[in-house]
Amino acid sequence: MNSKYMFSLVMVILLFLIAYIGVEVAGLYRLFGIFIPYLAAFVFVVGFVYRVVYWAQSPVPFRIPTTCGQQRSLPWIRPASLDNPSENSGVVIRMFLEIVFFRSLFRNLRFNFNKGQKFSYEWEKWLWLGSILFHWSFFTVVIRHLRFFTEPVPLCLQWLEKADSFLRLEFVTDFVQIGLPGIFMSGLVLLAALIYLLLRRMWIPQVNYVSFAADFFPLFLIIGIAVSGILMRYFAKTDIVGIKEFTMGLVTFHPKAPEVSGIFYVHLFFVSVLLAYFPFSKLMHFGGVFLSPTRNLANNSRAERHVNPWNYPVKIHTYEAYEDEFREKMIEAGLPVEKELTTNGG
Amino acid sequence: MANHKKMYDKREVVAGLVIFVLIITFPFWYNLGKAAPAPELELTPTAKAAKTCVLPKEEMKAGHMQLLDIWREKVVREGNRIYVNKSGKEFTMSLSNTCLDCHSNKDKFCDRCHDYASVSPYCWDCHVDNPKEEK
Repeated sequence: MNSKYMFSLVMVILLFLIAYIGVEVAGLYRLFGIFIPYLAAFVFVVGFVYRVVYWAQSPVPFRIPTTCGQQRSLPWIRPASLDNPSENSGVVIRMFLEIVFFRSLFRNLRFNFNKGQKFSYEWEKWLWLGSILFHWSFFTVVIRHLRFFTEPVPLCLQWLEKADSFLRLEFVTDFVQIGLPGIFMSGLVLLAALIYLLLRRMWIPQVNYVSFAADFFPLFLIIGIAVSGILMRYFAKTDIVGIKEFTMGLVTFHPKAPEVSGIFYVHLFFVSVLLAYFPFSKLMHFGGVFLSPTRNLANNSRAERHVNPWNYPVKIHTYEAYEDEFREKMIEAGLPVEKELTTNGG
Repeated sequence: MANHKKMYDKREVVAGLVIFVLIITFPFWYNLGKAAPAPELELTPTAKAAKTCVLPKEEMKAGHMQLLDIWREKVVREGNRIYVNKSGKEFTMSLSNTCLDCHSNKDKFCDRCHDYASVSPYCWDCHVDNPKEEK
């Protein structure tokens, strides 16, 4: 039993109970349906901006080349223009590959002793795979939810839904019925990837050692969001038109909390907690990835001079000025000088 | 925010933040000044006269697609065409002949909610809107 993930799990269960009891028993529809979501959205946007502005106040005077490739040097040495870009165009491509395809995770290697004492690097892509599946499916799920926040629903969203449900998984028995409404792949991939990322943190000893409650909590919370969403779509059906009327009310500032099942409010509360928690957590890597100095600066240290902004303005006395001042005395004392006394200068 | 501190690369950071806020608040400005109440459904005289559907209204509202899926399975795989609801009433399991018999106004009944919730059921790939009018 590991206290770090038990703590996070208990917190998420507690949040579930707060929302479920708050709605089903206490009937606090307006609190959980209107007040908390608005507050969470506000905290998310303001907190996010605050955090990024705070980061932007740290100067990054010097280029930090990560030694992933040959930097630009002599013309006959081929530079690694993506791994060690010397110009902004290379930086843009490097950032794009990092943000969209998680390139630095893709480069992950594992060290191992292979065949006795032979040291080797192994191709280790599982973290990259789990991570990219999670992020892309979560992104798809979020975009798909815009159908609740737009009226009429833009055509591109309808295409996305079509693409997402193209695999017609259908299964009917006397006990289970799945297939209608159409199965969205993104939801299932999201849940599977989350469970992989969670088990990885629990079972791999080295990863478990560096995992804290702040790592487990978002995982459990997003699992909670995914499970409650999947439940509502396929099993414990809710009145979707009533819910869209409510969400449209939220975005047009005429909200009216509907009296639907507690599970909808649990889903909404989990999302609100995630939004409000976001700016204070590691999830800020969403904003942080754009500001990572090892990725977003061209390595042009040799071509351009970068001045440290917090340098103290030191009063300097160059050798040139020193010699000008003491030239006569130096010559008198027999010391070598770079510039002899000139007739008109002396 | 410490005011005495300077923001570095201000132009880029502020531009990025503006884009972020614009994207995040998309649902708010996209729907600015619009009201989007739930669509009102029109019941045909036949549907009004029948008073109740196969299942109670609330169950139909949330779960009609699951009922139809089960009906299809029963009819196509098991050859069973008779459905008995909880109050013991019998129905022929058929979208075209039972459902659309009462709800013959697809565009003012089915489509209104489906469009509102952005659902495009594949029922209509095979079933025609209104079989009765085709005769």
